[in-house]
Amino acid sequence: MNAAIFDTVRAQLASVAPDATVSHGTLVLPIEPHALIHVVETLKGPCRFDMLLDVTAIDWPTRDPRFDVIWHFYSTAHKVRVRVRTQVTEVDATVRSLTPYYGSAAYAERECHEMYGIRFEGNADLRPILLYEGFVGHPLRKDYPKLAEQPLVPYREGFDPGDRTAG
Amino acid sequence: MDMNLPNPIRPAFTTPLRDDTVIVNIGPSHPATHGTIQIVAELDGEKILRTDVHCGYLHRGFEKECEDHTWHNLIPYVDRLNYCSALINDFAYCDAVERLMGVEITPRAKYLRTLLSEYSRLADHLTCIAASLMELGAMTAFLYLVMIRDYVYEHIADLTGARVTYTYGRIGGLARDLPDGWLKRLEEILVQYEEFIGRVHGLMDRNRIFIDRTRDVGVLTTAEAIHYGFTGPMLRSTGAPRDLRKDTPYLAYAELDFEVPVGIKGDNYDRYYVRMREMDESVHMIRQCVDLLHTKGQGPINADDRRCTLPPKDLVYTEIESLINHFKLIMDGPVVPAGEIYVAHEGANGELGFFLVSDGSGTPYKVHVRSPSFVHMGGAHRLLDGYQLADLIPTFGSINMIGGECDR
Amino acid sequence: MSVARTPIPIVPARASARGKSAAFEYLTTKKDELCGWGRKFSLFPYPFVTACCAMEFMSVSSTPYDTDRFGAALPRFSPRQSDLLMVVGTVTHKQAPVLLKVYEQMCEPKWVMAFGVCASSGGFYQNYAALAGIDRIIPVDVYIPGCPPRPETVIDGIMQLQDKIARQKHPIITKDF
Repeated sequence: MNAAIFDTVRAQLASVAPDATVSHGTLVLPIEPHALIHVVETLKGPCRFDMLLDVTAIDWPTRDPRFDVIWHFYSTAHKVRVRVRTQVTEVDATVRSLTPYYGSAAYAERECHEMYGIRFEGNADLRPILLYEGFVGHPLRKDYPKLAEQPLVPYREGFDPGDRTAG
Repeated sequence: MDMNLPNPIRPAFTTPLRDDTVIVNIGPSHPATHGTIQIVAELDGEKILRTDVHCGYLHRGFEKECEDHTWHNLIPYVDRLNYCSALINDFAYCDAVERLMGVEITPRAKYLRTLLSEYSRLADHLTCIAASLMELGAMTAFLYLVMIRDYVYEHIADLTGARVTYTYGRIGGLARDLPDGWLKRLEEILVQYEEFIGRVHGLMDRNRIFIDRTRDVGVLTTAEAIHYGFTGPMLRSTGAPRDLRKDTPYLAYAELDFEVPVGIKGDNYDRYYVRMREMDESVHMIRQCVDLLHTKGQGPINADDRRCTLPPKDLVYTEIESLINHFKLIMDGPVVPAGEIYVAHEGANGELGFFLVSDGSGTPYKVHVRSPSFVHMGGAHRLLDGYQLADLIPTFGSINMIGGECDR
Repeated sequence: MSVARTPIPIVPARASARGKSAAFEYLTTKKDELCGWGRKFSLFPYPFVTACCAMEFMSVSSTPYDTDRFGAALPRFSPRQSDLLMVVGTVTHKQAPVLLKVYEQMCEPKWVMAFGVCASSGGFYQNYAALAGIDRIIPVDVYIPGCPPRPETVIDGIMQLQDKIARQKHPIITKDF
C-alpha cells in the first residue's frame, strides 16, 4: 500500500533523485545539495508530506565529502516516511534551511549545527541549543574525544581530574 | 560574595519591546519547568508577550556514548531517554536493531512487549497528570495517582528487577520471562487503578477551578501542530486522530481492539482528558494482551538466533562453539549488517524514532533519537505567548516535557 | 500461623508520689545536641531536580514512603528558605553554574545530598557533557547511590544525614556575631 505513494514521489522527483530506493519501508532519496528546495517543495505540496520529523547528519571522516545530511519527512495523510539525504564536504558544509517550510526545522537545525558544524543557510538563529555558550568544537564529529570536557565552573581544590582524554 | 558565573545561554532578546514591559527568567531550576527548561519571557504585567525556550540542561551525550558501546551495552542509556516510560524506549530501540539485522521475535515476546509498552505508557501518563495536577494545587489527585504508579513500579520491579529504568529489552526478545503470579497481580492493580481513576475524574473533570485554569489555555490548532512536528497526545488533543499504533501498526497492535481518543479544542483540558482516556484504552489493551498471551503467546521469550541471543548457559559451559558465540556477543557485540534504518514507535509523548547507522560491526556507528519532547519544545512558544504567566504552569505540565528525552 | 503468647498485663500508669508537677520541667543537655535534634527533624529540602531520579523523589515524597515522617516534607522552592539541597539527577556542565548559584544563595546551616549516582560521580555518563559528580563544584554531605535509588535507600540516606546533623557542632554564637 506504500508502493503507490512511493511511485508517485519517485516519478515526480526522478530528475533530481534518480537513485531512489525503498529501504526497510522508507523511501530514500539521495540528492545533490542544490536540489533540496525543489525536493522539499514537491514533497510538501503535491505529495502532502506535511511533517518534518528530524534533521541530522553522519560524519564519515575518512571519506570526502565528509558529511551526510539526512532529513526525515512524514505524511499524515499517506502515513509513510521519506528520507532525503545529501552529502556535503567539510570545507563547505552548507545546506539550505527548511525553516520557511516547516516550523520543526528550527530546533532540529540548531542541534545539527552545534553537533556537526553543518551550516543552514537561511536559519538566522543557530545558537547552541543542547550545548552552551562558549563550547568550542562539534562533539558528534568523530575526531572530538568523548572525554574532552569544557567545564564552565572551576573545580574545587583537590577535585580536579585534569585532562581526562589522556590515557 | 562575588559570583561571576558564566551564563550558559544567549537569550534571543535582551531589550524589552516597550518601556513598561519586563524580561524575566524562569528556570532552569524551577518546580514547574520540570527541572531543566529555562524560559526567558517578556511580560506586560502578567501577560506573556514573547518567550524564548532554552533546553539542553540535561544533555548527557547519549549519541556520543552509544558510539562507544556495543548494540547491547547501550540499552541502559536508551532506558534513560524517556525515563517515565522506559520500556517503550527499550522496545523501540530493540525493534530498530532487529529490523536492521533481520531478526524476527517470538510471538510471546511480541505480546509481552505490547503489554509492557502499554503498562509503561500508563505509568508515564500517571506521572504527567499527577505532576501537572499537583502544580495546580490538586494534592489529593497527585497522591492517588502516585500511589497507583508506585504499585506499577513495584510490580514491574518483580519482573525486571528495577522500579524506574529497567534495561529489560534485549535484541531478539526480552531479558527474562514472567514470574509466577505476575499476571494475577497485574489484574489486581488494574482494578485498583480503575477505582482511583474514578476518584480523580470525580475530583477534576467538572471542577470549576480546574476548568477555568485549563480550558482555552494553551490552544493549538491541528495545522499548527503538524507544522511544528507535534505528535502524540499533543496532536490528538487538537482533533487529529493520528496514532502510530493505528496508522503504521507494529508489535501486536494490529491484533488489538482500541480507540484513539481525540480532543476538540487543543487546549490544556483536552490534553488532560486525552491522556486520561488513553490510560483507559491502555488498560483495555493490557487485558487483551493477557488473553493473547494465554492463547497464542506460549513458547520461548527470545528468538532462536545466534547472531543476537545468548546461547543457554549449559551449552556455554560444555560446547566450544557456544562459548565462543557467547564471548563474541558480549565482547564485540551482535554484528549488525551495514546500513541505516529509521523506526518509530508511539511513545507516551508521540513519535519516538530511532535512526541507526551501522558500519557492519558490533558497535553502532550512529544512534540518533528523534525525540518528541525536543520537537515540542520547538513549538512551545506558540502555546505560551499571549497567555498569562500563571498559565505557563498548566501548559508546561500538559506538554509533558521529559528532560532525558528532550536533551538526550 | 500465630505464635501463642502470654498476654502482657496492662497496668494503669500510677501518678507520681510527688504529685502531678513532678513531670519534665528541666532539661540537661548540650546546646549542640538540642540544636542538632531540632535541625535534623525540620529539614527544608530544595529539590534541585533534573533527571530520572525525580521519579523516585516523587515516590519517596508520597505514600507509602513519605519523607514527612522525617520532617522533610515541605520543599521550599527558594534557596533562601531551605537548608537541604537535594541534587536529584545528572548535573551537566551547562547546569553547573546554576547549581553553584543556588548553593551559594542558601544560608548556613546547609547540607547537600547527592541523590543518585549521576550526582555522586557522574554515573555512567562519562563524557563531554556531564559533570562527573557534583562534589567537583560543591561540598556534599551524603551520597545516595542507585540508578535511581529505591525509596528505602533514600530514606536510609536521609537518616544518615540526620545522624550527621545530630553529631555536628552547631555554632549559634560565633566570633562574628
